[in-house]
Amino acid sequence: MTGTWLVAFALTGCSADGHDPSHASETEPIRVFAAASLQPSFEEIAAEFTAENPHLEVDISAAGSSTLVHNLHAGAPADVLATADEASMQDAHDAELTDPNSHEVFAANTLVGVVPADNPAQVNSLEEATEPGVKLVTCAPQVPCGALSESVAQAAGVALRPVSEEHQVVDVLGKVRTGEADAGLVYATDARLASEEVTVFPITQAEQQRNLYPIARTTDTGHPEEADAFIEFVHSERGQAILASHGFLKP
Amino acid sequence: MTGVNSSRRQRQQHVVTPRIPAVTMAIALVAGVFLLVPFIALLTGITWTELPALLTSQSAVDALWLSLRTATVATLICIVLGVPLALVLARTDFPGRNLTRVIVLVPLVIPPVVAGIALTEAFGRRGLIGEHLSVWGIEIAFSTTAVVLAQTFVALPFMVTTLESHLASAGQHYERIAQSLGASTWRTFSTITLPLLRPGLLSGTVLTFARALGEFGATITFAGSLQGTTRTMPLEIYLARETDPDSAVALSLVLILVAVLVIAVAYFRPSTQRS
Repeated sequence: MTGTWLVAFALTGCSADGHDPSHASETEPIRVFAAASLQPSFEEIAAEFTAENPHLEVDISAAGSSTLVHNLHAGAPADVLATADEASMQDAHDAELTDPNSHEVFAANTLVGVVPADNPAQVNSLEEATEPGVKLVTCAPQVPCGALSESVAQAAGVALRPVSEEHQVVDVLGKVRTGEADAGLVYATDARLASEEVTVFPITQAEQQRNLYPIARTTDTGHPEEADAFIEFVHSERGQAILASHGFLKP
Repeated sequence: MTGVNSSRRQRQQHVVTPRIPAVTMAIALVAGVFLLVPFIALLTGITWTELPALLTSQSAVDALWLSLRTATVATLICIVLGVPLALVLARTDFPGRNLTRVIVLVPLVIPPVVAGIALTEAFGRRGLIGEHLSVWGIEIAFSTTAVVLAQTFVALPFMVTTLESHLASAGQHYERIAQSLGASTWRTFSTITLPLLRPGLLSGTVLTFARALGEFGATITFAGSLQGTTRTMPLEIYLARETDPDSAVALSLVLILVAVLVIAVAYFRPSTQRS
């Protein structure tokens, strides 16, 4: 719903005043497009940022990284883009939607295994999760978490045999949470969201295959200074502490 | 065309044909254009030279074949379950009939994701019914059966409501006569009610098939997504968007063509038969 309004706003805005950044008023929020996995931590960061800078509001829109880039392409207005993988950000740079000079990696995530709390299939490692008869659920290789799952499995020398290749991490988590699946591969930050319903097992090979989170300013932002201020805050000690509290690692 | 009689008849006809306000015609035009424009836009977005390769990829073929199979089975189940349910709702009076009507309509109104969650709670491995099924070694989640179940759940209301309104408007005149002449209930049903219901059954079948074919939310929530097993066309299209938007557009075209074909077969053949 918010997205629709944003698009509508962008369309009317473009026809009215074109590319005139001087019209941007101080009360206009900094619009941040953030990967879905960043939503809880970015909302917290936004709240603290506004507390420090009362005249600056932050509006977070969260979705899958490729969807965010797709939306930017379609003209959705944003000042800052933060994705869950470098590939999506590179797409945005290539399409000149974001400024590569403002590109900075601010967090990292790792892949972990999750099982239902009662662990019905007795899975405690990636090897056990790929045994025949174990209902393993992963992300589809087309989405970042699935691509990461594949390369981690390759590094571990096992073949993934999932009963379902989900389109989002939350769907993997959901299938494990409800006990439909015996095991799932998700980001460490997502596993934390369901810590009471799922048990985590670490994957040693995942340590070397971290997922990096880049952030960048968009090229058609109406207020680049405010956008940079937000990016700087994400990098600040306070911002990094919030990210760490949600399970993100330092890049 | 000669003589006073025919021209008077023409004028009478002209007078008795009720006309509609011009403004409604203008708005109707806007509505029609609104429905058409996205499809035209979609067509302009297709890279025609790449189309054959995109459409014959293994994942696309698997998804289309799975969709056609599951939607057909789901539609058949909806006919078998929907005809009796519509008949009971339209022709019998029992306490709780209105409540039953509400229950029938609920899957139509709720978001499909909610339907998927509800199905998981019922037929999932730890669900109300699924729990007992898994004792017998029957597991529905992640199987093609789960896809059919999801499609049937969201499409059945279309069948029941369409049939019920047809039954209500058809009345019970012929049935009453047949039974007063000694016809059994089963004979009345098979020789009068069912043939009279044909147009309703046809449009109900089309709507049900179309809804089953387009099912997304309940499928991904309840059945998962695996090529050849649970990844139907809508899921394949959504996933293709992630990495290959061109392929997503091409696959959308196929789904639209199937939909147009189904509607054309159902709605235009009988009308030519009638005339």
